Amino acid sequence: MTQFDTLTEVQENLKNGAFTCAQMIEAFLERIEKHQNLNAFVEVYAHDARSRATVIDAKLKHGTAGKLAGLVVGLKDNIVYRGHKVTAASKMLEGFESLFSATVVERLLEEDAIIIGRLNCDEFAMGSANKFSHYGPVKNPLNLKKVPGGSSGGSAAAVAAGLCHAALGSDTGGSIRQPASFTGTIGFKPTYGRVSRHGLIAFASSFDQIGPFARSLENINLLYETMAGPDDYDNTVSQKEVETVPPEQNEKPRKIAYFKDALTSEHIDKEVKEATFEFIEDLKAKGHTVTGIEFPLLDYLVPIYYILTTAEASSNLARYDGIHFGYRSENAHDLESTYKLSRTEGFGAEVKRRILLGTFVLSSGYYEAYYGKAQKARRLVSDKTKAIFEEYDFILSPTTPHAAFDISAESTDPTKMYLEDIFTVHANITGIPSVSLPLFQNSKKLPFGMQFSANSFQEADLLNFAKNFINK
Amino acid sequence: MKLSKEEVDKLAHLARLDFSEAEKEAIVNDMDKILGFVDKINELDLEGVEPLIYLSEERNVLRKDEAQDLVTKDEALKNAPDRDTDFFRVPKVLKREEE
Repeated sequence: MTQFDTLTEVQENLKNGAFTCAQMIEAFLERIEKHQNLNAFVEVYAHDARSRATVIDAKLKHGTAGKLAGLVVGLKDNIVYRGHKVTAASKMLEGFESLFSATVVERLLEEDAIIIGRLNCDEFAMGSANKFSHYGPVKNPLNLKKVPGGSSGGSAAAVAAGLCHAALGSDTGGSIRQPASFTGTIGFKPTYGRVSRHGLIAFASSFDQIGPFARSLENINLLYETMAGPDDYDNTVSQKEVETVPPEQNEKPRKIAYFKDALTSEHIDKEVKEATFEFIEDLKAKGHTVTGIEFPLLDYLVPIYYILTTAEASSNLARYDGIHFGYRSENAHDLESTYKLSRTEGFGAEVKRRILLGTFVLSSGYYEAYYGKAQKARRLVSDKTKAIFEEYDFILSPTTPHAAFDISAESTDPTKMYLEDIFTVHANITGIPSVSLPLFQNSKKLPFGMQFSANSFQEADLLNFAKNFINK
Repeated sequence: MKLSKEEVDKLAHLARLDFSEAEKEAIVNDMDKILGFVDKINELDLEGVEPLIYLSEERNVLRKDEAQDLVTKDEALKNAPDRDTDFFRVPKVLKREEE
């Protein structure tokens, strides 16, 4: 009952009476229970999911069910759902219960999706391995010694292990696509401003974007189309009409660029490199034009990303002060110690490290040298990227420089960890849509993804093109 | 760039965070590595480049300014670390001068 990758298959079974939503939910709850060792779920909404399933079964019977009836979805623990706890995997928000639902959650519920629980992640979505969580690390279902990636590691692991049909994550520098690559799932980051961020716990507001994980393009498309579009509660969302993804496969030859230097870098695993070059040859054989181009700004992407996102994070996370909500230190005895002790005890080490870096790049005397320059460099990257899309339809790269690494691998140098994001941050710096497709497996049977990015608001074309490689 | 311990203290205060002496030492080393890494952007010629601040191309997206009661008082107080029936409670902000 839980094995279907597409909603079409689920709905066929519901229709012909093979099983009901209520029975399917029981099967999922059992599977979640069995896979507790993954640490993917922070909380399972068993009671809620059961009662919603009964309601939806009745709606199906009467022909009044929404288009997502039968879809079972998990939420990253930084997307709020009215009356439910949400913590961004931080001690800071332990016990916090949301007073409203994120716009994306409202839209999924309106179409009768079932929310089955909230999923582990890196604290405040800061991390690439899901090791920086208040609830402990998530394991990769394909190899329990490996990380699932981060920061949306719980979302990726839950979808890969079949604990739900799909999950929502957030992507600030690759936090959907990198874990998708490590777990053999599809992960999609829409254009900045295509999907409302209302109800997403903010990390870096000019980079954050909500997007789906699934095991089929069909489910990715359905979720994307349901969530996208204008929202009264987020005025950075585009007023442009949402184009639906054409259902038919389109094999017409396209123009695809890749960054030459990115593929010759020493940071990239040999097998990833070989697979990418083979894939490029394959695309050419199918009639596509694939061109290696110069992108002289490549080495500046991760530095730009870290300056701007830590600056935005230091400002966004200033709201956690121990006064109105969230953690307050028991040792607080006056106003300043309420702030300092609550924040010091409530935040984890990586979050504090980034707040401090963000405070530094925004501080008087350094503002222009770091923050100001990074904003200008962001313009250069954006202009250069727009110029590429005048000539090419898509930009191609591996999603990650290697497959999943060991949970036990300790990195003493934070900048090494930051290089994990080398291929993914480009889409967040420029706001373009980007998808990771699970096309490869290395000699150790670990998956890694191929990433395609398109020009802003070209999601329909991008997801339609992806059909050439994923047949469901 | 190596930050001094005094600079780390100043930043920690600005961010309303406290660090132990051992943590401060680790921070000085981490920041040295991170700043060495991000200093790379100084190689770029950014003369005359407009900063990119907002990614959204939307302008003046307005809605009617209508009051809505979205949150009740009880709801607003619900997640407070300390409260009474009407107010958030905080430790004393002003103190009587000690004798």
